[in-house]
Amino acid sequence: MGAGAVVSPLLLGGCSAHPLPGEGKVSRTPTYCDMCFWKCAAFVEQENGQAWKVTGNDTDLHSEGRLCTRGTGGLGSYEDRDRLKKPLLRVTGADGRQTFREVSWEEALDFVAKRLQSIAADYGPDRTALLNHGSGANHFKHLMRAYGSGSNAEPAFAQCRGPRDVGFELTFGEGLGSPERTDMEHSRCIVLIGSHIGENLHNGQVQTLAAAMRRDATLITVDPRFSVPAGKSKYWLPIEPGTDIALLLAWMHVLIDENLYDKDYIERYATGFDQLAEHVARYSPEWVYLETGIEPRLIRTTAREMAASAPATLVHPGRHTVWYGDDTQRSRAIAILNALLGSWGHKGGLYIKESVQLPKYPLPDYPKPKTTFRTAHGDRYPFANEGVSNALIEASIGPDAHYKGWLVYGTNLPMTIPGIRPQLKAAMDSLELVVVVDTMPMEITGYADVVLPECTYLERYDDLRNAGERHPSLALRMPAFEPRFDSKPGWWIAKQLGQRLGLDKYFPWEDYAEVIDWQLKQVGSSLEEMKKTGIKNFPRTRPRYFSPGQAVHFYTPSGKIELYSQQLADKGFDPMPEYTRPEQPPEGFYRLNYGRMPAHTFGKTTNNPLLFQLAPENTLWVNPLVANEKGLTNGEYVRLANPDGIVSNRIRVRVTERIRPDSVFMAHGFGHRSRRLHLTHEVGADDSELMTNVKVDPLMGGTGMRGNFVTIVKETV
Amino acid sequence: MLEEILVSVRSNPHIDPVMSVWGWEISVYLFLGGLAAGIMFFSALMLLLNKDDEAPFSVNGLALLGPVVLSLGMTTLFLDLSHKLFVWRFYTTFEPTSPMSYGAWILILFYPVGILQILSTLRKGYPYVANLVNDIPPVAGLLDLVERYQRLIAWLAIPIAVALGIYTGILLSAFSARPFWNTGLLGPLFLVSGLSTGAALTALIARQHSERRLLTRIDAGLIVVELLVVALLLINLTTGSKPQLDAAAMLMGGSYTGWFWVVFVALGLLVPLALEYFEIRGSASSILMLAPVLVLVGGYVLRVIAVDLGQETTWINYQNEFNTQLLDRLH
Amino acid sequence: MAHYAMVIDTKLCIGCCDCVVACKTENKVPEGLNRDWVVEATQGTYPNLKTEFRSERCNHCSHATCVYMCPTGASHHWNGTNIVLVDPNKCTGCKACIAACPYDARLIMHPGGYIDKCTFCHHRVEKGLDPACVSTCPTHCMHFGLLDDPSSNVSELLRTREHKVLAPETGNEPNVYYLI
Repeated sequence: MGAGAVVSPLLLGGCSAHPLPGEGKVSRTPTYCDMCFWKCAAFVEQENGQAWKVTGNDTDLHSEGRLCTRGTGGLGSYEDRDRLKKPLLRVTGADGRQTFREVSWEEALDFVAKRLQSIAADYGPDRTALLNHGSGANHFKHLMRAYGSGSNAEPAFAQCRGPRDVGFELTFGEGLGSPERTDMEHSRCIVLIGSHIGENLHNGQVQTLAAAMRRDATLITVDPRFSVPAGKSKYWLPIEPGTDIALLLAWMHVLIDENLYDKDYIERYATGFDQLAEHVARYSPEWVYLETGIEPRLIRTTAREMAASAPATLVHPGRHTVWYGDDTQRSRAIAILNALLGSWGHKGGLYIKESVQLPKYPLPDYPKPKTTFRTAHGDRYPFANEGVSNALIEASIGPDAHYKGWLVYGTNLPMTIPGIRPQLKAAMDSLELVVVVDTMPMEITGYADVVLPECTYLERYDDLRNAGERHPSLALRMPAFEPRFDSKPGWWIAKQLGQRLGLDKYFPWEDYAEVIDWQLKQVGSSLEEMKKTGIKNFPRTRPRYFSPGQAVHFYTPSGKIELYSQQLADKGFDPMPEYTRPEQPPEGFYRLNYGRMPAHTFGKTTNNPLLFQLAPENTLWVNPLVANEKGLTNGEYVRLANPDGIVSNRIRVRVTERIRPDSVFMAHGFGHRSRRLHLTHEVGADDSELMTNVKVDPLMGGTGMRGNFVTIVKETV
Repeated sequence: MLEEILVSVRSNPHIDPVMSVWGWEISVYLFLGGLAAGIMFFSALMLLLNKDDEAPFSVNGLALLGPVVLSLGMTTLFLDLSHKLFVWRFYTTFEPTSPMSYGAWILILFYPVGILQILSTLRKGYPYVANLVNDIPPVAGLLDLVERYQRLIAWLAIPIAVALGIYTGILLSAFSARPFWNTGLLGPLFLVSGLSTGAALTALIARQHSERRLLTRIDAGLIVVELLVVALLLINLTTGSKPQLDAAAMLMGGSYTGWFWVVFVALGLLVPLALEYFEIRGSASSILMLAPVLVLVGGYVLRVIAVDLGQETTWINYQNEFNTQLLDRLH
Repeated sequence: MAHYAMVIDTKLCIGCCDCVVACKTENKVPEGLNRDWVVEATQGTYPNLKTEFRSERCNHCSHATCVYMCPTGASHHWNGTNIVLVDPNKCTGCKACIAACPYDARLIMHPGGYIDKCTFCHHRVEKGLDPACVSTCPTHCMHFGLLDDPSSNVSELLRTREHKVLAPETGNEPNVYYLI
């Protein structure tokens, strides 16, 4: 019997060895994704108790049931063997060398609380800043505000979307939000200027752009590089880098000159048209051609295409817009162009978002902080309505620095902010406490006094997702798995610290599920229901678009769309966007162009084993003419050096016609230095460390990164 | 310029970047298969031609090597299988469209006929063995019986040997997906080469001068035929489709040029042919042994080139954008 | 006989490789192995360029040389359809099918040693679902259906759009179509 049992399945074809996927016991848990900031609702599926796959939630507006590459690869973040496993405390050995010691949560939390208390006693609780990113940050924002701090900054502002949001707020009184309020699914004409949808995989953006393409919308892409969307476009305008504002002004010029703009819309909703008309009069396509390299005929044709489809024309606002230091003005130009086309508030343009009126869990008011992030800004950046990360870091250096403590959540500052490493080092030496909460041993953990290992989004509750969208909806994130190792959910860490700081009244729950359940019950649902559906959709309470002739109040000082901005003029800035010629690369140098690859969310996912298998490194795109001149071949490794002598890590050459001969291109997020990231350690080059020529936007503190030049250094190996 | 790259890493072992699913095991198997075919062919042929006096080893002793050589080949074939426990699956079916299925059954047929050949010549070929077993009553009777049907067995052996020889080539040429293999000429080429190596091996082992001389003459003839087939193969490749031209390029001025022209054509065919020519004219008997050794080496090199180069030729060939060696970090 | 086809719109495909990850997780494909992959083909000289993205996999050929070459019947057309599967319990690992595939679409399962490949997710097709790659594609550039049903989306697309298959000259009659 024994031998037979062994032999028969082996020899007689025991099918049991090869079950089909999904034949076992399958269970699923709802969540919303944390692989990027799009927060798509999803289900985590397990088979026979083993993690199987993550798929989109069909009823979700963000994903329409389809996750992107990274979302589908979400399990990799759970399975990553390099995850932070235990709390770490920096200790100095007898020989003076600093190392991390694994400690208990008790010890780590006590240590942090004691330091926070001593900072509060010596200087005040407002002297601790939170630097954060991601949906789990809310727990720590809550903790910091309860503690008495008013300083928080996310690099997502000054290193990414800040100029765009401020530019649109100055013009329309409102920003774009996330997901952006773009109505591409209904657009008849879409203009992508410096936006690379498809290379960035913001799910809803990709899906709605694809929907527009399926409906044969006209696509116009402005990009010096032959980007993915450029390859899909009816018109590709291979513009000279850094001359976008000139082109945008020329388009305005044509729309006004040829009477193609939406006169009724402008008369009804906008102010400052006459000044604008006068301002753009000198930006004729012929003049702009000399700057942009785009033929006047093409400028006119594309302007007419936009007008022909207006108001279902969207000049896409983009997202990452910190390029040349005049980026808020560039976004203003995009906003103004949209206004001329009447697209804000109209179908196929920019719709009116709506989120759920979700009551906050009843808690006592926060104490009023003595200072906020504005103290760090000083009299700079008058239009920064969020903390500027660089300013907060600068205000943390030296014995008299404003900030004495940092809590860093989910943001890898050394690879996020251009050329920041020396300042980070100085800040670390000055600060009395640096706490890093993360799931992975990112470079930032190396600057920490205490590292607190958070579990991944697949192992925890977070706040309900309640983003403004086409219609209101809520999404649940709940644990699909028990936390691996000794990692803990963010809400638990925040509560534990809160208790130790005597802030119990701000954390009256045993489990964060109670908060979620309470909130859901206020809007006619419950945690029990959401555990099944993951999503609750609500009807809109107000229209998605303006109705014809509707009176609209915009949240600007004038109550109108401000083509001419008195606010800017009052602060001594250009009230309408001006074009400035960009710096040219010195002899022998190339423009450092950077961007994204769809498999990764920057450095956050490059160590994810599922995504690493897809795209393990970044490549340096060089034009064949450059390759010829430099004797470069496909697949060889080179380094990049900038004029300040910074030399990058090795990067693999990809010879391609898709890049101009005066530029090189690489995806951001590689070149990790942390040895504890064993897959991605020292793989590829990091563009941000080569960026020592940063042009700061005086309006809001955005760090312009596109004005950096590099030369290619051949490896001598 | 057409730039065609894999933007998701593809590095399936033995398939990327170039196919290498079949290694030395298959080259050795194809070589030994051909050699076994040659052995069976000449042992049967010499018997049928009554060459007892002129070539006694071929008639009486050679057949023993057939199953031995083939068994070695089948061992390496088995070593190549990546799902070995299921090897028996070859013999639970016959797949009429699969040359390999034919081959599996031909191999099976080879053994009974080969063993009958041995038994029918055992008393003359290996008298000491025959003496040992002759006293066992059924064995003596059996040997009597098979000796009676000696010629019939030889007649059976001829088509099986030819089938095996051709099969080793058809096996590869049936792969339309591999442009280098996809020519009907591989069957005849491998058959002729197999016969040639069989003749060479026999010439190497045979003691009697007349037998060596006979087999050398036969081998020289086979080499001439083989050269003709090789020429036809090259003409076929160089006048073929783009993937075939790519394959030809690897022979005419690429990674396989040296092995093909120097080792196979020159050392494996032309030099032994010349040596054999001089030997037949009686002017070079001192380097007798070199010719058959070169023929055997050439025969093996032919199989290596065919197996390796054939796998490298393909209809579609993509380069990875990313360095696949980085995947080693996963382990 | 049910004739399944995949139709991929290269005009919509952005080369995001979501299909590759979806396949890996759905089918539990071992680390480092791939049943599908994405190719980017760029033609021309800057700035006159054209780029095409193609998600590629087994073509589930009607004239499947891999099935014909298999000595044991392990490679077979599933249930009288054109979906090509490998039965691991019949597979000897002789690798004839690998050599027989002009698309290099097969792989050696590791560990295990039998031959593995794209199954068109027949375990999902049986339940009326699309293959995992198709169902996750964020651009909806991939379509799956029956060619012998003239009203299916794949039939409709092939009727109305210009298309191609890979290496038609092999005569394998592949069933993954690319809209161009």
